[in-house]
Formats: sequence, C-alpha cells, structure tokens
Amino acid sequence: MAVASADGTDDSGGSASSDAAGRAIATPATQTTAIEIPAIETRELRKQFGRIVALAGLTMTVRRGEVFGFLGPNGAGKTTAVKLLLGLSAPTTGAGRVLGAPLGDLDTRQRIGYLPELFRYQGWMTAREVLALHCELARLPRSSWPAGIDEALTLVGLADRSNDRVETFSKGMQQRLGLGVALLGRPELIVLDEPTSALDPVGRQDVRAIIGALRARGATVFLNSHLLTEVERVCDRVAIVDRGRVVAELRMAELVEEGGVRVLVTGLPAAGAIAGRFGPIRRDGEWLVVDSIADDKVPALVAELVAGGGAVHAVVPAHHTLEERFLSLLGAAPGAAQDAAPSENPEARP
Amino acid sequence: MNRGAIGVIARLTLHEAFRRRLLWALVGLTLLLVAATGWLFGKAAELSPLEGGTQQLVLSQLLVMIAFMFSFVLTMTAAFAASPAIGPEIENGLLLAVLARPVRRSDVLLGRWLGLALVVVAYALAAGYMEIGAVRLMTGYAPVDPLVAPVYLAGETLILLTLAIVFSTRIAPVASGSIAVVGFGLAWMGGVAGGIGDYLNNDALRNAGIVAHLILPSDTLWRGAMYALEPPPDVLTAAGSQARIFTVSPFFAGTQPPLAWLGWSAVWIVATLAIGVLLLRRREL
Repeated sequence: MAVASADGTDDSGGSASSDAAGRAIATPATQTTAIEIPAIETRELRKQFGRIVALAGLTMTVRRGEVFGFLGPNGAGKTTAVKLLLGLSAPTTGAGRVLGAPLGDLDTRQRIGYLPELFRYQGWMTAREVLALHCELARLPRSSWPAGIDEALTLVGLADRSNDRVETFSKGMQQRLGLGVALLGRPELIVLDEPTSALDPVGRQDVRAIIGALRARGATVFLNSHLLTEVERVCDRVAIVDRGRVVAELRMAELVEEGGVRVLVTGLPAAGAIAGRFGPIRRDGEWLVVDSIADDKVPALVAELVAGGGAVHAVVPAHHTLEERFLSLLGAAPGAAQDAAPSENPEARP
Repeated sequence: MNRGAIGVIARLTLHEAFRRRLLWALVGLTLLLVAATGWLFGKAAELSPLEGGTQQLVLSQLLVMIAFMFSFVLTMTAAFAASPAIGPEIENGLLLAVLARPVRRSDVLLGRWLGLALVVVAYALAAGYMEIGAVRLMTGYAPVDPLVAPVYLAGETLILLTLAIVFSTRIAPVASGSIAVVGFGLAWMGGVAGGIGDYLNNDALRNAGIVAHLILPSDTLWRGAMYALEPPPDVLTAAGSQARIFTVSPFFAGTQPPLAWLGWSAVWIVATLAIGVLLLRRREL
C-alpha cells in the first residue's frame, strides 16, 4: 500500500506517492477491513517553518471508533498537527495515513468533519445556507441535504435560528454552527479543535452529549482541547504532546485504575496498624489517604478501620486527575510546563 | 482542477456580490453617470459650431475620455473586489473550513476569479453599451465598432482583476489593490510613451511601450477600446488635415491592436493565474 508523503497535501489530489522520510507504515492491503485500518496513523511527522520547528516528529495511532484527546501546552504543535492530518499543510518530512489514505487525499476529506479552532463563516449567509454550502463542497447527494441540515441544526441547538444571518450570531452560536458543519454527512472521523472554547456550561454539556452520540454510532473523534476536565469526561484515550512529540499516551481507564481512596475517619487510635495490608497509608488531617488500592479491597479496608475502633464518615475515590498526570508529565520534561522556547514554538508563524 | 468545486466557489462569489450593497450602489451611480453624460453630449452637439466629420472627431474624443474615466472606475472596482478575495479569508479562518473539504486551493483561486470576472465583465458590458447607446441617442454619433468597445474594456478590467487576485494570495488587500491601480496607470503611461515613440520614430520610447505591454497588457486592450470608439476611417479621411491634430492625442489609437498582442493578453491572464495557484499552494494556512 502506498504511503503518505511529505508533499501529500492539497492539490496532489491524493496521488502523493513518495515518502520523504523513506519509511513505510505497514498496512496489509488486501485482508483489512475498515475497522482494522486505524483512523489516524502517523510516523515521525515533522513540520518546520524556516528555522522554527513546529512539529518535531509526531508518531501516533488513533483507532477507529475511539474518542481521542490530543493535549499539550501552548505551542506544543497541536494545531499544526491537525492541519497536517487534514492536508491543510504539508509535512516537511514524515508520513501518515488518515482513514487508510495518504495525508491530503482529496476524496478522503468527504469522510472527515472538521471544526477549526479559529474560524469564521460567511457572515452574509444564513446558518442554513452555510450548511448547504458545505453539503455541496463535501459532495453529499443533494437529496440528503434537507434532512442532514435539519439534523445538524437540531443537534447543535440552532434550529430556531436557521434562517438568521451568521453575522448576527454570538461567538458561542458560531461555534455551534461550526460543530454542525463538522457533523454534516455523518463523517467517519470528526476533528474538533477546541470545540468548547466559546461555549457556556450548557453548551459544553451539549458538546459532550454530541461526542457521546458520535462514539455510539462508531465514529472516531479527534479532540484537541485545553480543557482537561472536558477531555477527561469524554475521551477514551489521550496523547500528551510537548515540543512536537507525543510524550505519553494514556487510557482514561488507567487513571481510574491507578487511583486510591480517601477515608474520613475519627476515633482511630493507630492507622499504622493496618498499613501494609492495603499499601502505604498516610494522614491528611482527619482523612486517611490510601494511594493505591484495588476497588474490591475498599470494603475490607473500611471494615478493618471500623474494627480498629474508627468511625468512618466518608469514603471518596481519589484517583489521579488528568490534570495531575498532565502536569507531572510536562513537569518532568525540561521547560515543558512553560510555553515552548522560541526556536521550538510551533504555532508561531514565520 | 475540479470544475464542480470551482463552480461552487464562483456561485458563492456571485451570491456574495449580489448580497452586498456596494454592487447596487455602483449600478445606481453608473445609471446616473450615463444619464448625466448623455445629456451633456446632447447639449454639446446642439451648441457646437462644428459640423460633419470634425464634430464627430470631437464627440469621439469626448466619448474616449468618458471611457477612460469609466475604465478607471472598472479598475478600482476590480482591485477592491479582488484584493480581499484570498488573503483575508485565510487569516480569518474562513478558508480553513472550505479547504478541509474535497476542494483544492486552485479551485478556490479559480472559483473566486471566475465569480468576480463574471461580475466585472457583466458590469463593463452593460455600462459600456448603455453609455454608447446614450451618446448615439443624444448626438447620433456612431463609433466604428460600438459592439466591440465594451468587450475591450471588459478585457482590460480582467487583466487588472487577475493582477489583484494573484497578489491577494500573498500580500495585504490594500497593497494588492494599490498594485492593480498603480499598474493600470503605469501601463497606460507606457502605452502613451510607445505612441510618442512611434510618432517620433524613437526606438527607446517605442521599446518602453512594448515592454509595458508585455508586463501588463491592460493598455493593449484600452487601445482597442479607443480605436473602437473612434469615427469610421472614411470620416477621418474626409476630415483631412483637421483629423491630424487628433492623431497625436494620447486618447487616439490609429489602428486596432494586432492579434498577436490580443493573444498575449489571453496568455498573460492564464500564466498569471497559474502563478497565483503556485503562490497559494505554497502559502502556509
């Protein structure tokens, strides 16, 4: 199977054939199903603007049907990576495939929905006209437009403003419209770049529900967001990027599994007596904190505390948050917690 | 090249033009201008002591000057319509959503050019024919080729539209619009220099005109428009020595532009658009 190339964007029309990095991403051509082909697969994608390195070598795989979070500090190269995946920019070196096709393949874009981070739609058009324009640009069958447009408008809560001009919309409403545009034609892959940045809490909840519905129908969602609590709530897996490289990939379930428990207990003469049986225990005021304990051991811990003379008032799961993990990972890399150094600042334009 | 996507972008451009008040304001002002100049021409013909061929020569010069002003208005319209067509839409994110669809960058450029070209050509033809018709009605003056003159003006506008839209892929709208307007002026001056060179048999001036026409062939088409608006050759012959004074005017063209130069104008448009496509492809979004 051909490999996406460093020049495989835009006007190549999907005919890109050379791999500037000289590497192949092996994908059996004959016996694969759509499910087996990853939604996104990249190998050492690199993007340089003159002397500025935007993306240092992105290697990652996003499986079909998962909600994948793409996280990183400002200037980590997230938006640059999204543009490379969508063929809006050509990689300097490296290769990748999206929905099984080389980066930038024109026909594959029919199967992708995209909400850009910074975007604008034609202010002189109505919301319905904008959606119709994108139906046409996406080459959707004309007969499907009315139902598809109505579905998108209803999903994003703009059904009652469908005939209003976009220039009269608030920023949040424009973001809802952008989401509606991305959902047109029920794409297999939806790339959302900061989809909730302009939304109020109700809007964020709506977006979470939409992402849940997309997951339920088997679509792949690639979510680029700074809002870690949002990502934590909706994603199956996340990649954390820093300085243009993936520094960690996590399943959200791992964070829960890794967690411990906090117990509010009074009247306990000595907690140390039960230490060791449930792992290290430490005091945090009146709380006992057990950093690593399996869920099925928690009732036994509580029983032990009560048997030891303690009065248990509350038991609270205390697994690591994504934010804690994010900060610890980036804190471990030199200078990672701050914005990237100028020479490595990906989102700076030349 | 994707004809479907080019068509969609061209229709979008036309749709936008008709929704904007600017176009309708321009149409209103043009109607006013045609009515006012028609009345002035009528008065001039009525009060003029001149007769016959000489009067026709004077009327033709007035008409050419009106056409020159009109071509400047067309240039300004093309420059201001085309200069924000690409760059600002990249910067404000409008094109990001479009280019994430199965649409090539070349489709966007050619679609925008086609949509704007249809607007300016339709406007040039309609306004040109109305002006020539109004003059004919009020004075009876019939230029040598009234049907072709507005076509030359439309072609001249296309050249400047192409220049502005290609520059809009890379530089700010004010700069690309200014380049088109300044280009119009320089090309005209180059043509005048070439005409003087012909008259004085001066190779340096003649070559300056040729180079100007090669770099920006808008003046080639303007000279075609002038020729088409002049009186028929028999009127000039009949005017005899009185006609000679007009032949040295910068608003007089003794001959039609050669076919080779018209061909070069078409090639220039195609080549410049091709350069625009390359520039846009290489631009980072």
